[in-house]
Amino acid sequence: MFIGLANTWVAILLMMIGLYIVIAQGNLIKKIIGLTLFQTSVFIFYISMAKVEGGTAPIFSSDISIYSNPLPHALILTAIVVGISTTALALSLIVRIKEAYGTIEEEEIQGLDEEQD
Amino acid sequence: MLLKDLFAVTMLLSIYGLLSATFFVAMDAVDVAFTEASVGAGISTLLLLVVISVTGRRERRVRHKPYAALFVVILTSMLLVFGTSDMPYFGSADAPIHNHVAPRYLNDSMQEINVPNIVTAVLASYRAFDTFGEVVVIFTAGIGVLALMSVSSKALSKSQPLNRPRGLYEQHLVIRIVAKTLFPFIFLFALYVQFHGDFGPGGGFQAGVIFAAAFILYAMLFGLDAATKVIKPAVIELLAALGVLLYGSVGIVTLLNGGNFFDYDYLLADPIAGQHLGILIIELGVGITVTCVMIMICFGFSLRRRAYEQKVAIRPKEGAV
Repeated sequence: MFIGLANTWVAILLMMIGLYIVIAQGNLIKKIIGLTLFQTSVFIFYISMAKVEGGTAPIFSSDISIYSNPLPHALILTAIVVGISTTALALSLIVRIKEAYGTIEEEEIQGLDEEQD
Repeated sequence: MLLKDLFAVTMLLSIYGLLSATFFVAMDAVDVAFTEASVGAGISTLLLLVVISVTGRRERRVRHKPYAALFVVILTSMLLVFGTSDMPYFGSADAPIHNHVAPRYLNDSMQEINVPNIVTAVLASYRAFDTFGEVVVIFTAGIGVLALMSVSSKALSKSQPLNRPRGLYEQHLVIRIVAKTLFPFIFLFALYVQFHGDFGPGGGFQAGVIFAAAFILYAMLFGLDAATKVIKPAVIELLAALGVLLYGSVGIVTLLNGGNFFDYDYLLADPIAGQHLGILIIELGVGITVTCVMIMICFGFSLRRRAYEQKVAIRPKEGAV
């Protein structure tokens, strides 16, 4: 009955795992990994929406009539590369935090900040 | 996640990236799978490993009651699942997404652009302005990493650390020689992906990541000093900007020829030839920028890590202020 919606539920499950990691984990690298999972769930959602029953990859050929939707592919293709660039930026911030505080645990950083005040 | 070893977490993420790439192949998104395989399983793992080598492999666990987070997550997921009840079913051809702009791309792109890979046509011609924005974002992220990670060369050359652990490139002769024979093929493959993107899966984004992977592999096997001799950081920074400039200048040329921004029909007398030329040049611009930004990011992290190690080696007590 609702089995046709399973692709969105899988995307939601992955997204919620990512969200949970971002909220509950104190380690900054794990937070970044959670964000990456969140991001991938959106990719999976888009790409699974683009699939057409019986279609093939959107590369033109004279003996094929049904193609999957090329537009989400173009969007997600660029999103992946932009995603890694922004992840790199976040990671470089983490390295600077490590150099400044000597730790990448959220609790300890907050503790050090409060000590200073 | 119950794992405390961040190395294991990174490896799992890499496997996850590879698995999602195979999923994208099953969903007919070959271009996306290509990118995800090289980025998700390759570059992002590498970056995480470099960062972990600076920040420490072990997580110091602080136990909390996760109820508040669980409550938020479960509430959000219930709302989202409730929202899916109106969604079209998986694979149905009459879903709204397939009936709005996609038919035009599928039906007319062969006449208008004459590029068999429709994803490339959409990416590089119909939505060239979007892609320009993405390239600028990548370039900006590269500048950001550079600004955060830059180390003055004076501080680096002042003193080599006394007892640096020997790198991979000094220990493993076999790996070094095998990898050396592989480089021409990696570059050939990257060039193929770059220029065959019109006809099959590929294009500037994928080729850029593969090119960067070759240089990063070189840096891993032969050391950062050898790699910076092969390609100087200043040259990389210049080329990254040049790629964006190349892309943008195509748009300016079409403007000057009387068309809209990125309307390649006006590049040459023949619209189809103009489209092909425009796509070729902007894919080249994308490839150059992505390659250089990825190399820039990896070199930046590695240099910073070395500077940090030196700082800790010189002043072990003050290392973590």
